[in-house]
Amino acid sequence: MSVLPKQAVKAPSPPPARPAPPGHYLEVKNLSVHYGETQALFEVSFGTEKNTVLALIGPSGCGKSTLIKAVNRILELTPGARIDGDVLIEDESIFGQKVDLISLRQRVGMVFQRPNPFPKSIYDNVAYGLRIHGVKDRSTVDDVVEWALKHSALWDEVKDRLRTSALELSGGQQQRLCIARALAVQPDVLLMDEPCSALDPIATGKIEELIMSLKQDYTILVVTHNMQQAARVSDHTALMWLGKLIEHNRTEEVFTNPKEKITEDYITGRSG
Amino acid sequence: MTDEARQSIETARRKVTGKTKAPLWAVLFESLVRGITGAVILVLFFLMGTILVRGGGQITPEFLLQAPRDGMTAGGIFPAIMGTFFVVLFMIVMALPLGVFGAVYMVEYSKGGIMSRIIRAAVNNLAGVPSIVFGLFGLGFFVLFVGRNLDHHIYGVPRTAEEVQAVQAEMAPLQAEAREEAINLADERGITDPAELDAFVEAYVEEQTPPVPRTVFGQGAMFWAAATLAILVLPFIIVATEEALRAVPPSTREAAYGLGATRWQVISTVVLPQAKPGILTGAILAVARGAGELAPILFVGVTFFTPGLPLTEPVNFGLFSVPVVNPFEEFMHLNYHIYTMATQHHDPIGTRGIQFGTTLVLVALTFVMNLMAIVLRRRYSKKS
Amino acid sequence: MSQEPESKPPGEPAAKRDELPSGREGHTPDFSPAEVQRRLRHPVSFFRRTREHLIEGGVFLCGVASILAISLIFIFLFREGLQALRMVDTPLDFVYSMGVQLEYDAGIDDVVAVGEAPQLAWQPVSEEPKLSMIPLMWGSLGVALLASLLSTLAGIGVGIFLSELASPRLRGVVKPMLELLVGIPTVVIGFVMLAIVAQPLRQVAEAIGLSGVYGSTYNMFVGAVGVSIVIIPVIGSLVDDALRAVPDDLRAASLGVGATRWQTTWRVVLPTGVSGVFGAVILGFGRALGETMIVLMCAGNAAQITGNPFDSVRTMTAAIASEMGAAQVGGVHAQTLFLVGAILITITFLLNLTMELVVNRFRRKIRL
Ligand SMILES: Nc1ncnc2c1ncn2[C@@H]1O[C@H](COP(=O)(O)OP(=O)(O)OP(=O)(O)O)[C@@H](O)[C@H]1O
Ligand SMILES: [Mg+2]
Repeated sequence: MSVLPKQAVKAPSPPPARPAPPGHYLEVKNLSVHYGETQALFEVSFGTEKNTVLALIGPSGCGKSTLIKAVNRILELTPGARIDGDVLIEDESIFGQKVDLISLRQRVGMVFQRPNPFPKSIYDNVAYGLRIHGVKDRSTVDDVVEWALKHSALWDEVKDRLRTSALELSGGQQQRLCIARALAVQPDVLLMDEPCSALDPIATGKIEELIMSLKQDYTILVVTHNMQQAARVSDHTALMWLGKLIEHNRTEEVFTNPKEKITEDYITGRSG
Repeated sequence: MTDEARQSIETARRKVTGKTKAPLWAVLFESLVRGITGAVILVLFFLMGTILVRGGGQITPEFLLQAPRDGMTAGGIFPAIMGTFFVVLFMIVMALPLGVFGAVYMVEYSKGGIMSRIIRAAVNNLAGVPSIVFGLFGLGFFVLFVGRNLDHHIYGVPRTAEEVQAVQAEMAPLQAEAREEAINLADERGITDPAELDAFVEAYVEEQTPPVPRTVFGQGAMFWAAATLAILVLPFIIVATEEALRAVPPSTREAAYGLGATRWQVISTVVLPQAKPGILTGAILAVARGAGELAPILFVGVTFFTPGLPLTEPVNFGLFSVPVVNPFEEFMHLNYHIYTMATQHHDPIGTRGIQFGTTLVLVALTFVMNLMAIVLRRRYSKKS
Repeated sequence: MSQEPESKPPGEPAAKRDELPSGREGHTPDFSPAEVQRRLRHPVSFFRRTREHLIEGGVFLCGVASILAISLIFIFLFREGLQALRMVDTPLDFVYSMGVQLEYDAGIDDVVAVGEAPQLAWQPVSEEPKLSMIPLMWGSLGVALLASLLSTLAGIGVGIFLSELASPRLRGVVKPMLELLVGIPTVVIGFVMLAIVAQPLRQVAEAIGLSGVYGSTYNMFVGAVGVSIVIIPVIGSLVDDALRAVPDDLRAASLGVGATRWQTTWRVVLPTGVSGVFGAVILGFGRALGETMIVLMCAGNAAQITGNPFDSVRTMTAAIASEMGAAQVGGVHAQTLFLVGAILITITFLLNLTMELVVNRFRRKIRL
C-alpha cells in the first residue's frame, strides 16, 4: 500500500530517534461529559505515564466510570452522551479525524464494572477479540487463549472445561474471564472499572498481583472503591468528586500527605 | 402478583380480623369468572374434539397423497397440502430477511431516529388492518399493477382496452387470410363434415397466425399470494425481532465494541445469536398465521382444483433434471379447499367427510406450529 | 494511531511464559504476544470498511422496503378507492340510489310501481348498479356490535380470572390454550359453525319459541358467535396484561387494610386498569369489524338492512371477499369494492388511534 516514490523505499533511513514526548503517555485534557442535560464530568485534566498504574477513587456516582469509558470512546454508544475536551495517547487525539475506532478500542482495552461475558463458551469468549480482528488460525488462537487465561489467574480453574458456557462461571470467575478477554487482543492501555467488586479476597489478591505484573506491559487505569487496594497496586492516585478531579499525585503522597481537605476526609472515611 | 405473596397477605389479614367468609356476591362473581374461563376452554376442546372425531376417520395415505377426483367427491388433498406448504415457504423466505433486517436497522443503526419511528408507526397501523384488505392490495398491486406491467413490457401483452383493440385489429386480417386458406385446403382434401371442417379451420388458423401473447405474471399466482402474505406477517416479524434485539443487554454489546468489533461484527456475532430464539419464535408464529389466513389470498391465485402441484418444465441441475414448483401458476390451498367445499360444492353435505379431513390437516399444521412457538418462548424466557 | 510492535521486548514475554505452568500438551513454544500484537495491529482494511458500508446499506434498504411495503397498502387502496368516486355522478350514489317504488295493490293482488324513491340497496351487478354501502355497513356494524356484546364481558372475565384468580400454574396452562384458540384459522371456525353449530342453534331457538323471528339458519347472530370465539381470547389476554400491569403495591395496600380479594379487584384493580381494559375492548371491536371468513360463511351473506339479529346480513368484508373475484377489472363495481376497503382501513385506523390514546393514558396512570 505504499504511495511513496520508489527511491524513498530503496533508501530506508533509520527511524528517527523520537524526541521525548512533550506530554504524558496518556493525557486527558479538559474533558467534560454530559448525559443529556446533566453534566457528569467537569473539565477533567490529568496525565499518566507508560507502564504505570493510575488508581481512580471517589464516591459512587462521581463519574469514574464515565471518565474511563470516554478513554476508549465506548461512551459514544450511550444514547445522549456528549463529550467535550480531548484525550491524547502518545500525543495523538483519540477523537481525531483519522482515528479508527476499531484500532483504538483494540489498543485501549476495557474491563467493565459488571462482568459481561458473552453467552458463548469460555474459549470463544477469550478468542472473540482475536477472531474479529482476523487472527483465526487454531494454534495461535489456542496459545493466546491459554496465555490470557493464565495471565488473568483463571487457567487452572477452567482448563478442563474451556468449551462450557461462560455463564456457568461464578461472578468472580466471569470478571477474570473478562480480563482475559481484554488481554487477548494485546492492548497497550488497560482500563479496569472496579475489577474486584465482585470478587472474594483470594481472587482479589490474584487480580491485584495481576495488575502489578501487567504493569510492565500495559498502562493501566483502575477504578476502585477500596483504598487499601489503591495504595497497594497503584503508582498514582486520582480522587474524583462530583464530576471533578480533586487531587492527582503519587500514591504515597495522596495517602500520607493529601493536599486537599476533601481527599483527607475521603481516605480517612469521614465522607463519601 | 405471586401466589406466595398473595397468600401471606391473606393469612396475615385473617389473623388480624379473624373472619374469612366472603360475601355472597363475591362468591357468585368469582364462580362466574371461573365459569366463563372454563366455557372458553371448553369451546377449544369442543372445536378440537369435533374436528378430530369427524376428520380423523378421513386421514388415509390416499387422502394425504392423492389429488381430488370424481368431481371432488373422492380422492385426496395432496395438491392443497403442497400448495399451502409452498406458499407459506415462499412467504417466509420473503418476509423473514426483510423483517429481521428492518428491525435490526431500527434497533442497531437508527436507534430511535426518524427511520425507526416511521417503521414503528407503519407497523402499528398495519397491525389492525383487516386481512381482506391485504387481499385487495394483492390483487390490485401485485397482480394487476406489477404483474400486468411485467407482461406488457416483457411479452407485449396488452393492458388496456385500447391496446387489446389494437392487437385485435392487427391480428384480424391475418386470421381472415388463414381462414380462407384453410377452407380452400379443406376443399382440396375433401373435408365436408361441418364439425370436422370447423375443427380443421380452427387448428389451421391457430397454426398459421402468430400466437396471441399469453399472460404470465398478470394473473393470480402462488408467488403473488406469497408476497401478499409476506406483507401481512411483516409487522409480526418486525415486532418479534425488535423485542428479541432489545432483550440483548447493552453490556454485551459494549463488551464487543470494547474489543474493537465493528458494528456488523457486533450484530452478527453477539446480538443476532442471542436474539435467535426470539426471532425464531416470531417466525414460527408468522408461518402459523400465514398458513391460517385465506382472505388475503382469495383473489391472488388460489383455485378450486388443480390435478397436482403446478410444476415447471424439468430444470437441469447438472446431474439430474427435475421439475420444480412453478410459482407463477394458480394453486390449491387447504383453507380455500375447506371454504369452497363447504359453500360452493354441489354436494356440501355429502362431502362433509372430506371437509373435516381437510380441516383436521390444517388445524394439526397450525396447532403444531403454535405449540412449538409457545414451548420455545417458555424455554427462552426461563433462561433469561 | 502510531504503531509500536516493539512496545514489548521480544524476549520478555517468552521468559514470562516459562514461569507459567503449562497445562496443555502440544503448544507452540515460540508463541510471543508481541507477534500476535503485530498481527492484530493492522489498519482496518479497505475491504472490511467497504463491507461494513455495504452491509449497513443493505440493512437500511430492508428498513426502507419494510416501510414501503407497508405504506404502499394505504396509498394504493386510497388511490383505487378514489377512482370509484370519479366513476359515479355524485358520492351520494354510495349512500342511496333512486329506484322504482313498488306497492302492494290488493285489487289485483300484485305489486305495482307507484313512483321513484331513494333506496338503500347494494345491487352492484344489476343493470342499473345500486351502490349504496349502507346495507354493508349495517351488516358490519351489526355483527361487530353483537360480537362485542357477547365477548366483552366474557373476555374481561377471562382476563380477571387469569390475572387475579388463577394460580401461576393454572395460568401457565390456560394462557397457552387461549393462544391456541386464537391461532385456529378463521376458516376452520367458520366451517365448524356452518357445519355443526348453525343447525342446532336454530333448533334451540325454535324450541324456546323464537321460530317467528329466527329468519335464516345463517344469520347475524351465528356470525357474531363465530367472531366471538376469535375475539374473546384476544380480549381476555389483553385484559390480563392490563390488570397485571397494575402494581402489586396497590393490591397489597388494599388487602392490608382488610379488603377481601373481590373488593380489591373490584374497587382497586379494575378502576386502575380500566383504560387498558377499554383498549382491549376497542381492539376486539376492530377485529370483529375486520373479520372476513367467519361472517362470509355464517352470516348468510344477504345485503339487507334489518333490525332482526336472526336475519342474514352481508358485511363490508364479506362483500369484498365474495364479489371481488367476479367483478370486472377496472369497472365501477371493482373500484367500489376498493373504496369499501379504503373505508375499512380508515375505520380500523381510527380505532387503533383511539386505543393508543387510551392505552397511553393507562400507562401514565400506572406510573403515578
Ligand atoms: N447512561 C447514563 N445516563 C444518564 N446519566 C448517567 C448515565 N450513566 C451515568 N450517569 C450519571 O453520571 C454520573 C456519573 O456516573 P458514573 O457511572 O460515571 O459514576 P461512578 O463514579 O462510576 O459511580 P460508581 O462508583 O457507583 O460506579 C452519575 O450521576 C450518573 O447518574
Ligand atoms: Mg462506575
